[in-house]
Amino acid sequence: MNVAIKDPQTDKIAPARLGVIDCDIHPNMKAKGDITRYLSERWKKHYESYGNHIKQAYTGSMAYPRMSPDTARGDAWPPNGGPPGSDLDFMRKQHLDLYGIEWGVMNPLSPTGQGEQNDELSAAMAFACNEDQLERWNRREPRLKASVVIPYENAELSVKEIRKRAGDRRFAHVLFLSRTSELLGKRRYWPIFEAAVEAGLPIGVHVFGSSGRPMSNTGWPSFYIEEITEHSASLAASVASLIVEGVFERYPELKIVLIEAGFAWIPSLGWRLDQNWKRMKDEVPHLRKAPSEYLREHFWVSTQPMEEAEEPDHVIDVMEWIGWDKILFASDYPHWDFDDPFLALPPSLSEERRNKIYSGNAKALYRFD
Amino acid sequence: MAKHVVAAVSDIPPGTRKLADVNGRAIVVFNLGGAFFALNNRCPHRGGSLFHGRQTGLVESDGPGNYCYSRPGEIIRCPWHGWEFDVRTGQSWCDPDRVRARRYAVSVEPGARLAEGPYVAETVPVTVEGDYVVVEA
Repeated sequence: MNVAIKDPQTDKIAPARLGVIDCDIHPNMKAKGDITRYLSERWKKHYESYGNHIKQAYTGSMAYPRMSPDTARGDAWPPNGGPPGSDLDFMRKQHLDLYGIEWGVMNPLSPTGQGEQNDELSAAMAFACNEDQLERWNRREPRLKASVVIPYENAELSVKEIRKRAGDRRFAHVLFLSRTSELLGKRRYWPIFEAAVEAGLPIGVHVFGSSGRPMSNTGWPSFYIEEITEHSASLAASVASLIVEGVFERYPELKIVLIEAGFAWIPSLGWRLDQNWKRMKDEVPHLRKAPSEYLREHFWVSTQPMEEAEEPDHVIDVMEWIGWDKILFASDYPHWDFDDPFLALPPSLSEERRNKIYSGNAKALYRFD
Repeated sequence: MAKHVVAAVSDIPPGTRKLADVNGRAIVVFNLGGAFFALNNRCPHRGGSLFHGRQTGLVESDGPGNYCYSRPGEIIRCPWHGWEFDVRTGQSWCDPDRVRARRYAVSVEPGARLAEGPYVAETVPVTVEGDYVVVEA
C-alpha cells in the first residue's frame, strides 16, 4: 500500500493542498504566567499572589490525569521548548503547512480564566487570553482566527467582552466550555446569547471545564475513559436544555457549534426529545416545533474525535441525520486524540460532501477573510 | 526488495530506536536487547508517527483487581491515539486480527560483506570493520 509519509522529520514532498479549515486548534502559552502580560497591575498582582481558582479540588493536576502529559500528542512538544501548541513556527511545520490548513479556529483552554470562581479575575483573564490570541498568534499568522473567550459564569462581564470584540473579524466565535455551573439553556446565560447574536458571532461550546460537579449525575467515575466518554452525555443535557428552555425561540439567529463532543449521540437525543414532546407539548408551550428541528437548525458539530463505527455506513447515516451542511472538520491539534485531515473522514464520502466538511460549511458559518 | 543499510549497530544501542528514511519510506528500527526489528513508521490506525511514541510494556489482566506488567520495552505506543503495537511482530494489541503495523526483515551484516553488495548504503558510511543494520524493503 502506497501512503504518503507525513512525518515532518522525513517528509520531503510538499503535500497536496486540501484547503482544510480546522475548527479546533489549541494554542498555548509558553508558561502559564505569561497571561500576566496582558493583565492590569491590579490583576497581575492578584494572580501572582493568589493564583486562580477553578471549580475542582486539585491545583496542580486535573481531576482525571491524562494518559499523555499536557493531553498532548507525544510528538507535539516543540524542539525549542515550551508546551505543545506554544510555538507558532513548530505548529506551522507540524500542522498548518503540512496539511495545507487554509484557516484555523483557535480554542484556548488554559490559562483562560474560564470557570474561575472570582468573576472579575475571570473577566480579566479572558480579556488577556483574547489579547494573547491576537498578539502572539493572529498578528503573525492571520490564518488563525481567535475565539472570544468569555467569563461565562458572569453574563454581564461576558457581554462586555463580546461587545469589545464585536465587528472584529479576527474573531470566529464566542467560546464556552461545556462544563458550565448550570445547564446552558438557563436564563443566566441568555444575555451572552443575545450579545453573540448582536455581534453576528456563533457560540462555540468546547467540551471540558470544571463545573464543580461530577460528570455523571450519580457521582464521580473511577477512570479517565469514563470521563472522556461522558463528555457527550454531559453536553447532551445542555443541548436539551438550550432547546427546551426556548433559547432558539428567543434568539432565532443563534448558532451553536459543538466542539469535540462526538456526534453519534445527536440523532438519538433528537428522537427521544421528539417522542416526549409529542406527549408533553403543553408542558413547554413556548416550543413551536419539534425539538429535533431546533437541533438540526441551530447546531453545528465538529468532527474530531471522529466516530469510528465497526460499520462505517452507520457513521454516514448519523451524518445524514445531522445534515451535510452542519459538520465541520476539526483536528484538535496538538492534543493526543488529534484527527489527521488526510485520514479522518470515512473514505466512501462523495467529493462534494467531503469538500463541505473540510471547508465549505465552515466558510458558510464563519465569515473568514 | 532491496536491502538497505540504515545504521551502524553502534548507532542503535539496546533499548533505543532510529527513524530511517528508506527510499522515501519512513521505517523505525528498534533494538530490543541486541535483536533488531523494523516497522513502518506510519500507525495503521490514523497515521501517527510510531517513532515519536513511547516504548512501553504489556499490561494485562485476568479480572478486576489483578494486573500483570510484562515485556518491558517491547510495545510501541502511538503518540496520537495510544494504539499499541508489538515491536517484534507489528501486531496491534487492541485489534490484533485486523490491524498491524507493517514489518520489515532486519539483519545485522559485517561491513566486509556489505562491500560485496547488493546492498544500498545511501546515507550510512560503511567500513569493513563495522557491523551494520540492514533492512529489507
